[in-house]
Amino acid sequence: MLWVPAVVALALVVLPVLGLLTRVDPTALPGLLTSPAALDALRLSVVTGLISTGLSLLLGGPLAVVLARSRMRGLRVVRAFVLLPLVLPPVVGGLALLYLLGRTGPLGQLLDVVGLRLPYTTTAVVLAQTFVAMPFLVVGLEGALRTAGGRYEQVAATLGAGPWLTFRRVTVPLLLPALGSSLVLTFARALGEFGATITFAGSLQGTTRTLPLAVYTTAQSDVDAAVAMSLLLVVVALVVIVVARPKAVEGQL
Amino acid sequence: MMPKLRTIAGALLALVLLAGCGQAETQQQRTLTVLAAASLTESFDELGARFTAEHPAVRVQFDYQGSATLAEQIQQGRPADVFASADEGNMAKVRDLVGGPQTFATNRLTIVVPPGNPAGITSLADLAGDHAVVVCAPQVPCGSATQRVAQAAGVRLAPVSEENDVKSVLNKVVAGEADAGLVYVTDAQAAGDRVQRIDFPESQQAVNTYPIATVNGAPEPELAAQFVDFARGPVGREILTHHGFGTP
Repeated sequence: MLWVPAVVALALVVLPVLGLLTRVDPTALPGLLTSPAALDALRLSVVTGLISTGLSLLLGGPLAVVLARSRMRGLRVVRAFVLLPLVLPPVVGGLALLYLLGRTGPLGQLLDVVGLRLPYTTTAVVLAQTFVAMPFLVVGLEGALRTAGGRYEQVAATLGAGPWLTFRRVTVPLLLPALGSSLVLTFARALGEFGATITFAGSLQGTTRTLPLAVYTTAQSDVDAAVAMSLLLVVVALVVIVVARPKAVEGQL
Repeated sequence: MMPKLRTIAGALLALVLLAGCGQAETQQQRTLTVLAAASLTESFDELGARFTAEHPAVRVQFDYQGSATLAEQIQQGRPADVFASADEGNMAKVRDLVGGPQTFATNRLTIVVPPGNPAGITSLADLAGDHAVVVCAPQVPCGSATQRVAQAAGVRLAPVSEENDVKSVLNKVVAGEADAGLVYVTDAQAAGDRVQRIDFPESQQAVNTYPIATVNGAPEPELAAQFVDFARGPVGREILTHHGFGTP
């Protein structure tokens, strides 16, 4: 009996993407995909997505460890805040970033004094993507840290290993599969980011117009080109998920 | 598990019944669906209120979005009665799906700056300098108008962002995140004192015309025709002029 809803669920996801394919004219596709607008957007998306993922690992990784291991009071509140970007509409995230770091925002005014302006820059795109994508890394990693490792770490400690050695030789290897899948999710989310980016960073070809923004802008005048770019986004996302995700889930990464 | 399910089923049944009652009550009320360009928001809200005042049994339902989005929705078969576009290009896209488009309003661009004009902008040529200027993307009507005025004036604009609709441009200026923006006169007027307006002579070179049409196969064809006439008639003209539009 389970297969009926399972098939419906699959159809709900797959059919719209296939529907996108029916709107594509294969002969026009190469031209549309290699247009400067599409290439600029693709390059910007991949570069900013990678940087955001790296930033998420650099900052979110330690945060996950703190959340999983610390016994500090008020940790539940901290965790709630970390999860917030997952449930907030991305536009809200963009507005929040704008009102903090924009020219009139409290932090933005300080930055302005040093001659640093974030809105309308590629850095703003990275910040917006990190804001929405980092929770995926923190949540994935924290969950793994809680379920795996504790016992082995204790054993390592009784065998005389210091905390740093235990972390490097026991905790990190145990975490690798979860880390892999979390990184993939984070990158995929950054790649699809739209609302926070357009609100905080604006939209300018080559500087802030990532692939999702390019699809939106192009759809205003040329639906065929927009569909072609959507397809590009689908292919990149599928490559990321198909190539990296199963390995990560199966613990081979 | 079972009692819980029963409660849920009961609640659902009650909801369906309630919804049914609600429908029965409003049945004699007719709904007119008007798809209109986002720049018409304020004036069409007023127009709708005046139309309802004359036709009490009619509820006018507006959907304000980018003209291109609305044109695409009509092409995809969205049921609607009236379509009002911010440019002729998007009306032309649905040429075979609408009846007799007619120009009912015109609009032109103006420069808006935050109150006090911190960047000291006085003309279109100033926008070519080293300021944070936000404009509409060339793909949308206000963006193509922007391109036309820039060309006519021989000014090379270097915007920091090309937004998808004129309200986003306006909001960036209102929020103080842009030194200047190019928006329609009507949007500048709607913003009141939140922006300062700087008109420039070149705006006459790119006047946008707004066509309105009934949609073929409209659920309320008669009302649709009445609404189009109303928008083009004296009441419509008065409201549109009041909001800064030109009328033909």
